[in-house]
Amino acid sequence: MPVNSYLALAAVLFAIGLAGVVLKRNALIVFMCIELMLNAANLTFLAFARQQGNMSGHAIAFFVIAVAAAEAAVGLAIVIAIFRSRGTVNVDEVNTLRDS
Amino acid sequence: MTDKAEVVVFWVFAIPLIMSALGVIIARNPVYAAMSLVAAFFCMAGVYVLLTAHLIAFLQILVYAGAIMVLFLFVIMLLSLSDEDLGVPRMRAMQVIGALGAVGVVALVVRAVAQAGVQPMRSVNPETFGTVKEVGRILFRDYLLPFEATSVLLLVAIVGAVIVAKQKV
Repeated sequence: MPVNSYLALAAVLFAIGLAGVVLKRNALIVFMCIELMLNAANLTFLAFARQQGNMSGHAIAFFVIAVAAAEAAVGLAIVIAIFRSRGTVNVDEVNTLRDS
Repeated sequence: MTDKAEVVVFWVFAIPLIMSALGVIIARNPVYAAMSLVAAFFCMAGVYVLLTAHLIAFLQILVYAGAIMVLFLFVIMLLSLSDEDLGVPRMRAMQVIGALGAVGVVALVVRAVAQAGVQPMRSVNPETFGTVKEVGRILFRDYLLPFEATSVLLLVAIVGAVIVAKQKV
């Protein structure tokens, strides 16, 4: 089976994640969509690793998982801090840094 | 595995994967979105096994579907969010542009993938490719510095998360 179908699947997943990041307003769901996009990148790495017969892609995928775990921990802590100070997780209402 | 069997298994995992990924952005309740994402991660692990990436597939289930999603669910329960509370409706134009942008990304990438022509897989030895032993060998020989940097990154993330989420520092 050629690598193209795996790459197309990764593109579809990345686009679903991108659409979620742009369309959703709940910060938690935005984070979930970021995880989805990281997974799509991982799928691309593993597909090319399999195609080239080179296992470096597996090492990179390992690092991506570690970075995703760190990102989720810090990001969710920020969400909790924002919820505590503002009582909302709506990304449209958190606009203190906006120039207006 | 024969080619036809691989195609069948690919679609068996790919279709639920896309459905549950769509479920993440369609669900209004964050808990349903999180459960949908867990399902997507499991299907993703299946695709990884199909790519003979056994270690990464295990890590996917343990770290993503296990640890990260439990963290998400804890935060969702902690904040006790109701369905996405629709205060002020967001600008429609922005939603349309976002959806169009996502479709554009798919079109662009799929076109590039199609133009690249059929790229067949190189044959690998499933006894060694993607096993814990071989990936560990690469991690500790070629990627030792990034590996150690990852440990520092995780430490920083733990400390940072505690500091940020604490009531008073």
